[in-house]
This record gives sequence, C-alpha cells and structure tokens, in this order.
Amino acid sequence: MTKQTLYEMLQQQGISRRGFLKYCTALTSLMALPPAMIPTVAKALESAKRPSVIWLSFQECTGCTESLTRSHSPTIEGLIFDHISLDYHHTLQAASGEAAEHAREQAMKDNYGKYLVVVDGSIPLADPGYSTIAGISNLDMLNETVAGAAAVIAVGTCAAYGGLPHADPNPTGAVSASSLIKDKPVINVPGCPPIPTVISGVLAHYLTFGSIPELDDLGRPKVFYGQSIHDRCYRRPFYDKGLFAETFDDEGAKKGWCLYRLGCKGPMTYNACATLKWNQQTSWPVESGHGCLGCSEPNFWDAGSFYQALSIPDGDYAKAAGYAVAAGVVLGAAAGYANQKIKAESAAEHTEVSVDDFSLNKKQ
Amino acid sequence: MEFFSNANDFLMWTKGSAFTIAVSIFIVGVLVRLLEILLLGRKTDYSEPRGTEWKGGLKNIISRSVVDKGTFKRAPFVIVVGYIWHIAFLVVLLFFVPHIELIKAILGLQWPGLATPLVDAFAVVAIVSMLAMLWHRMTHPVMKFLTTYEDYLVWLVTFLPLITGYIAFHRMIAPYPLALGLHILSVEILLIVFPFSKLMHAFTLFIARWYTGAMMGRKGIES
Repeated sequence: MTKQTLYEMLQQQGISRRGFLKYCTALTSLMALPPAMIPTVAKALESAKRPSVIWLSFQECTGCTESLTRSHSPTIEGLIFDHISLDYHHTLQAASGEAAEHAREQAMKDNYGKYLVVVDGSIPLADPGYSTIAGISNLDMLNETVAGAAAVIAVGTCAAYGGLPHADPNPTGAVSASSLIKDKPVINVPGCPPIPTVISGVLAHYLTFGSIPELDDLGRPKVFYGQSIHDRCYRRPFYDKGLFAETFDDEGAKKGWCLYRLGCKGPMTYNACATLKWNQQTSWPVESGHGCLGCSEPNFWDAGSFYQALSIPDGDYAKAAGYAVAAGVVLGAAAGYANQKIKAESAAEHTEVSVDDFSLNKKQ
Repeated sequence: MEFFSNANDFLMWTKGSAFTIAVSIFIVGVLVRLLEILLLGRKTDYSEPRGTEWKGGLKNIISRSVVDKGTFKRAPFVIVVGYIWHIAFLVVLLFFVPHIELIKAILGLQWPGLATPLVDAFAVVAIVSMLAMLWHRMTHPVMKFLTTYEDYLVWLVTFLPLITGYIAFHRMIAPYPLALGLHILSVEILLIVFPFSKLMHAFTLFIARWYTGAMMGRKGIES
C-alpha cells in the first residue's frame, strides 16, 4: 500500500473539501448510517490508504467493468475506484501474458492477507478448458488468489450467482464465486451489470470501516439490496390504482403507468436502481419504459420470459393439461362403466320378494 | 430451505413443475368425478311429460341462488356469511390484475381488473368471513356435531391461499419470492385437494340443481 491517502489524491484531482464532505454525507445516507457518522466516514476516507485490489475476470462479458469505468464525467465514485491500487485487471492493464501474471503474483506476495479480490464472471467446472488465463484454469486461479485475500467482492450476477453462463442447460458447468469460497468473507454485488455507485459504495464501506457491510441471505449488502424495485418504484402508485400499460406503445405506456403486465420483475427484485438510478442519476430501466428484468436475482435468465407477468406459470402446463384431459376422460369413462356394471349386476341379482315369502302359512 | 438453494428457486419450482403437477391432478380428478356422476345416468321416466326438462333445469340453476325464507330463518348466519364469503372470494380471484394475467395466459380470456386497494379490502372481508365461519362451526352445537375432519381440511386449504396472498401482496414476508412462492404453493395444494373433497361442490352444485329442476320441469311443476 502506498503512502498517499484518498483525501490527498482527491485534492490532487481538484476536488474541494466541501465537495468531499458532500460526498461523505451522501455516502453515509446511502449506507443507511445515522448523520452522526458523517465525521467518522469523512475521517476514515480521508486517511484511507490505497488497498491492493486484484480483479479476476472469468466467464464474463466485461459489462461490469464497463459499468464502473464508462462514466462520462469524472465522479468521486470513479475516483475512489481510481484510488484503489488495481494491481491486476485483464481489460484495464497494459501488461499481458507472463508479465500480467507476474503483477498478480507480486501483488499477492506484497499484500498477503490484506488485499481485496474482485471476482467478475462465473467459474466453469465442467471442463477447465472453457476458460483459462495464461494456461491457468479459472478455478485454480481463484483458489490461489483468494488464499491470501482479506475479502472477496463478487461483482456482477455471474460471479455472485452464476448468471448467464449458469443458465439452463449450463454447458460449461458454470458456478458462482461464493459457492467455491468457503473460508473468506464474500460480498455479492449482483446486477447485470451492477450499479457503479453500489460497487464503489461497497469499496468505500470497506475503506471506511475496514470490514464488510451487513449482508442479506443472498450475500448482498443490505444497504443497497435491502429494498425491492417495486417498493421504491415511482410507478408504484399506478400499480396500486390498477393502472397498467398493456403494450409498449399504448396510452398507458405513454402516461407512464405500471409495467407489471408487460413482465416487470420489480416486485421480486432487490436492488437500488429505483433510488440511485443510472448514468449520473439520469434514468433507469423502468423510467425508460421497460420492465425490470430482475438482473440482481439468482437465475434471472431462467425465471420465465422477460415479457410475461410475474404471476404467469412457467412450466409445460399446457401440454400436461392436454394429457390430463385425455387421462381424465379415459379414467372417468372407466369409472362410469364400472359403476354401470355394478348397477346392472345388482339389478340382475335382485330377487323378487313377495308378501307370501314371509307368510307363516307358507307351504314348505 | 434444504431442497432449494434460495427463495427464487423455490418460486420457480412453484411456478414450474409444481404447477404442472397440480393442474394435471386437478383436471384428471375433476373429470373423473364429473364423468362418474354423469355416466351413472337417471332412471328412464315413462310418464307423459307435462313440461320441458331444460327450462326447469336452467331456471333451477339460477333460482336456487335466491335465498329461501324458511332456510334463512333457520340459519341466517350461514347464509349471510356464506354469501359474503363467496362474493368476496370471487372478486379477489377474478379481479386482481396478476390473477387476470394468469387466466389470460392459461385460458386466453380477459376482462378489466379492479384497483388493488379495493381487491385488498375484499380479501380482508373474505379472510374475516372464513374465520367467522370456522368459529361458528366450532361453537354451534349442530354444526359441531355434523363437522368431520374433512371440513376442517377443506377450510384450511381454502384459507391458506387467501392468507398467503394477503401476506404476499402486503410483502409481510421477506424476500418476496418466498412469499409469492408460498401463495402459489398453497393454491396448488387447493387444486390437488379440490376434486377429492367437498370443494367439488363448485361443479356438482350445478348438476344437482339441473337434475332437480329438470325433473320438476318435466312434471310441469314449480321447483
């Protein structure tokens, strides 16, 4: 870790103290901490040293890196990302091949037990040949790198839950990072891609407190993934009133009504898009007129059509119902036939009884 | 949950294979039971008809929904709460927009939905009326005497979709996929129990009314 603190670095970049404190206030509120914590956050960030970060890219599309680096104007979030010592990142580093691997090994050696590992992409278990780096399988590189890590951040749904490579039929046997790492804290930052502010927020939390934030059942920081899209959606009043868009260009769509019927997965999706938004708080998918895909949830690729309402079943029920009708008719007819037979048999066995049969004077 | 790695997997199971299985059992069960009744047929009536069967039959299907004065005097609670429950339940089932989407996807039929807070109010009415009926069943001496375990089972499998739906709508259990999954699962349990219990009345009621009405109609008398 180098001597320069985050605050010194920000000053060099022309960020004023006022701007820095504003950011600390926003961050404190974002992390759902009481206002009394603002000075603590500011102090911690001021004196934060550059942590070494090793970014491992496995079966991924680079969208997560794009999300984090493609800011059109420099932001403090972006600068926090700049501040970390990104010692290894395929896409961003200049070095390649042996030199690149050497950088990773050097960073691990220098900061053993203290560096952060960011995992981006899923790990193929069916055949290591599906994804290798410098001839090293993803699994081997993960195990080797994580051994000396302080914590692991699984960035993107692929790293967090397997994502697209994990989707049925999962030819590469793709699995998430958290399913393989058992002895280190893993923070899942899912999303396809995740919101940049969330990635930098997790890093800022680590810089501020030196620990990982509180996580939910799916390993996601509760501060960012604690509320559903539906609960924070600005179109929610339309859902409550029963006003829904039924096509993408009807009157309802133009009036900004709820997108539930067009397949919005907002009710089951936990993420911060509705509050943090995208592209410097410009907009977010639902605001642009498209339903939420549920990208921060496990197996969202296999959770039914993106354009079918959440309440619609996903199985092969139509075919099964066809067979069920046929089976029902056959079994019903058989039951009816059996009942008719019983009726006919009992009618045949019925013997006529007259009053004479009970007569005491009946001749023997 | 041991069988599912997370709540989303559970939800997908309830929306996928569990739904397919439940619907199949429901269809087979209902068809078998209906055909069994219908194929049994009626005794041939050799008497000269004095009216038409279909007129009396159809009329009876509707007219038997009108409350009979004598019955009302004897059991006002059952009739009032029974009506409230059935209306409230049908409003929730048929006019909640996510339910309409489900019906549209399966049957291709659709109609306008109601505002969700209104549906929510009907759900509360349905839940309260079910609790009232359970209380009545457990305290009224005659009802208590007539009640079997099946009645309690039928009450439970009908009550569960309502209460889990209420919980899911109000997002009282987190995460939401778990709440929604429990709701769908409870409906699937209802679908499976349906053909093999008193719940079949939803279909047989019309057959019974038809037979009675048709018999009376043939005789040319009021039913």
